[in-house]
Formats: sequence, C-alpha cells, structure tokens
Amino acid sequence: MNKDQRYIIGFQDVHKSFEENHVLQGLNLSIFEGETLVILGRSGCGKSVTLKILLGLIYPDVGQVFVDGEEITQVPEKRMFSIRQKFGMLFQGSALFDSMKVKDNVAFALHEHTKKSEKEIIDIVKRNLEFVDLAGTEELMPSELSGGMRKRVALARAMAYQPKIMLYDEPTTGLDPITATTINALIRKTQRELGVTSIVVTHELESGFSVANRVAVISEGKIIEIGSIDEIKNSQNEFVKTFIAGPK
Amino acid sequence: MPDSEYYLKNWDILKKQLEDFKKFLIHLHGFSELFGHSIVYLFTRPFYLRDILVQMHSIGVRSLVIVLLTAGFTGLVMALQSGYEMAVYGAKMYVGTLVSVSLVRELGPVLTSLVVAGRVGAGITAEIGSMNVTEQIDAMRALGTNPVKKLASTRFIAITIMLPILTIIGDATGIFGGLVISVSSLGISAPFYWMTVLRALTLNDFLAGLIKPFVFAMTISTVSCYMGFTAKGGTKGVGEATTRSVVVSSILIFFLDFLITKFILSVS
Ligand SMILES: Nc1ncnc2c1ncn2[C@@H]1O[C@H](COP(=O)(O)OP(=O)(O)OP(=O)(O)O)[C@@H](O)[C@H]1O
Ligand SMILES: [Mg+2]
Repeated sequence: MNKDQRYIIGFQDVHKSFEENHVLQGLNLSIFEGETLVILGRSGCGKSVTLKILLGLIYPDVGQVFVDGEEITQVPEKRMFSIRQKFGMLFQGSALFDSMKVKDNVAFALHEHTKKSEKEIIDIVKRNLEFVDLAGTEELMPSELSGGMRKRVALARAMAYQPKIMLYDEPTTGLDPITATTINALIRKTQRELGVTSIVVTHELESGFSVANRVAVISEGKIIEIGSIDEIKNSQNEFVKTFIAGPK
Repeated sequence: MPDSEYYLKNWDILKKQLEDFKKFLIHLHGFSELFGHSIVYLFTRPFYLRDILVQMHSIGVRSLVIVLLTAGFTGLVMALQSGYEMAVYGAKMYVGTLVSVSLVRELGPVLTSLVVAGRVGAGITAEIGSMNVTEQIDAMRALGTNPVKKLASTRFIAITIMLPILTIIGDATGIFGGLVISVSSLGISAPFYWMTVLRALTLNDFLAGLIKPFVFAMTISTVSCYMGFTAKGGTKGVGEATTRSVVVSSILIFFLDFLITKFILSVS
C-alpha cells in the first residue's frame, strides 16, 4: 500500500453501548481508498455494529465517523440516504427482501435510484448473477434458495449499483470451501477490476488473510492491532497471538 | 415514623413510573413523527405510484369479501331485531330509517374499520415487523431507500383512499340487507323502504360517515406501520406486535368515533 494514499473512512474515538453492554469503547480506525481491510474479532465483539455505524443504521453515543471527507454522525437523515448509496453492504444474514423475486432484489437500487430502462436493468441483473455464479435464478423467490445461494444473491444485490465501498459481513461463514474460495476470489476481483474499497468482517482467518491488504483485530471495543498480514502474524499482542494460533 | 427505607422504596417506585412515562412519551413522539412523515413523504420524490396501486389493490381485495359479509349480516340482523321491537310501538314501517341512519353514521364506519384493522392492519404489522427483525429494513436503508417512504407512506395513502370506499360499499350492503328482511318478513314494500331510507339520511350523516373512515384509516395505517417498525425480538416479537397493533387500532377507533360523534353533534 502506498503510504500517501488518502483515507476514505475514519472512525474517531467511537463509543456505543446497548443499555449496560458497552460494545465499542473508543474505536479508532482509518481506511485507505482502494484497499481491502479485514476486521477480525470474536463473536459478539461489535464487528457488525461497526459496519452498521458506518452506514448510519446505528448512531454512536460518542465519537465521529468520516466517509469521503464528510462527518456522518451529525448529517440530516435525508443526506444520509445519499451517502448510503456509496456503499454496498452484504449483511451477515443476507437480508434479502422475501416478498421479491431474485431479479427484483438485485435490481432494487437500480429501480430506486436510476432511470435506466427495464432492458438495461435486466442486463445488469443478468451480469451480476453470472458474476456470483447464479445465472438463471432471476425468477426464483428467496425462500427457494439455499443459505449459500442467498448470500451470493445478496452479494449481487450489493454490487449491482457499483458502490465505491463494499462492506462484507461474514461473506464466507457457513459456506462450503469451494463456494467460499469463489467468494474470496470475487472480493479480490471487485477490488482489482473496479478499484472498490472493501471492508471484510470475519472470524475465519484463512478467508480473511486471502483477501486482505491490511488486517485489524478488535477486542474489548477497540482496535488492538492493525497492519499487514505479516505484521499481524508476528504480533506480540497476547490476544492476537491466541486468536491467530487458535485454542490449544 | 417512616424510616429511610420507606422513602427509598417510594423513590424507586416513582423512578420506575417516571421511566414508564418517558417510554410512553418516546412512543408518542415516534408515532407522531411517523404520522407526519407518512403525509410529508407523499409529496416528495420518488412517488412510488406502482407500490401505492399494488397496496390499494391488495387492501381492497383482501377486505372486500369480509366487509360485504360483516355489513350484510349487520343489516339483516338490525332489520330483524328492530322490526319486531318497533312493531310494539306501531313503527315497524320505519325500519329503513333506523337501519340506514345507524349504518351510515356509526356501524358502517366502525365495523368496516375494525375489520380492516384486523385484516389489513395485522398484515402490515406482520410484514414490516418480520422485515425489521430479519434486517430487511436495514438492508433497504443501506440501499439508500427510505423505508418509511417506501413502506409506510404508500400504505398510508392506500388505506386512506380504500377505507372510505369500503365503508360506502359496506353501508350500501347493510341497507340492502335491511331491504331483504323488510320485504321478506316485515311486509314492507321495497319502494317504501327506499323512501324511508332516503328521507332519513341527511347531508350531515354522509359527512360524518365519510370523515370517520378517513380518520380511522390514518389511525390504522400509522399504528400498524409503527408496530411493525418497532417490533423486536424475533418471530415472537412480531407476533406480539401484530396483536398489539390490532388492539391499539381497535381501541383508538372506538375512542375517535366517540370524539368525532360528539364533535359533529355539537356543531350541527
Ligand atoms: N440492535 C441491538 N440492540 C441491542 N444489542 C445489540 C444490538 N446489536 C448488537 N447488539 C449487541 O452488541 C454486541 C456486538 O454485536 P455484533 O453483532 O456487532 O457482534 P459481531 O462482532 O458481529 O459478532 P458475530 O461475529 O457473532 O456476528 C453483542 O453483544 C450484541 O448483543
Ligand atoms: Mg456480526
């Protein structure tokens, strides 16, 4: 990574509690434009919450969040909706719209925010479904898909609008190794070909290391280590060491 | 002499009550905000005409049969009951008056709205509630679309248009039910029945009969969307929200019916 690249996302001393549960306790994190940052951490440590704060779906109690030079915790809701269009988010549970066909799920943002003709939209949907290896599923309902297929449709939906920043919440969890490898390849491909900035949240080390430019580790509501894959593997931090080595 | 523990205990109770009151105010604020947004968003782009038409169709079709049945049987029963009762006073001929006035002023709007609250309102809460607990609402926002505009506003206008129409259909069905009984078992001729109906109804009745479903429609839509958007705690939470939605809507319908009736009687 070139050091004088500009930051596209920044968290500054972000705190978030749910009643007594103090999830984020002063999170600081900056992300370069065009890089793929992998966030590792134990289940329940606040990885999904971090992504939702970035999308303005959850507001932090304290702290500032910058996207593309704009501080987003104070902007009016209306502006937030346009800021969100910079992002594509793959939700942990896919979150497909169950009342809509696969094609309408993938085309959702296109229908909402563009004036593209129906024919163009059908083309884009087709291309995105091919991209995730699900050609021909346009007419199916989400309830007719397997978990892994849903995840891939959700990925196609997140990418259809060609966002500047992709957020992946556990993109490979619960998938077979072959599909997982395909998805990891997809994440690398989007970064390489479209220059998209990506944040990948995971607790699967192998997956994480295979896509990362940099890796950050969250524990107790803070980033306790951030750096290249080698730096993380050679970290002296006790938690990072245990996390990487696994139990035993 | 009450000791310090006594005061502490009362203090705890007071604190709890303040806490509950705060929650109530928060809900009231959220509810009013949703109501306001449902209206304001109707006038801003995008207009979601297609979604509105789909909702109007689904609300109309989902409720038509049950509205017809409810209103029809109400008309039949009312004519039967009042026919025999009024015969005692020799006023049997005026069954049409009683049936039409009570239907248009009261029973038509209230019964139709209750049926729609039970059928459409519950459906809306269940749908939005399950979208909420499965993160579909978050996904919609993440895709840059305002769910209040896309889901609540469209349903708001659809119900507000459809409920008065359903009410008119219900009123007509009920009055027709009264006619069936009057002709078949009370020995009243059809032309006479219609004459008593037309004589009985005043402009005020029609006004009251249309203001009510209009207000009830906004209530049902706002309550059911609000319960959906605030549902949490998985499928169980959605079930509870659905029940709450129907209960709250029904109570508000009765309460508002009372207020509107009182208001109309005081101005006329
Ligand atoms: N909307 C919410 N209301 C209350 N508590 C919440 C909410 N969202 C998250 N939490 C709490 O915040 C903590 C962090 O949740 P989060 O979903 O970010 O974990 P995670 O790091 O993504 O874990 P996993 O790897 O299992 O997905 C959890 O303890 C969770 O209970
Ligand atoms: Mg998570």
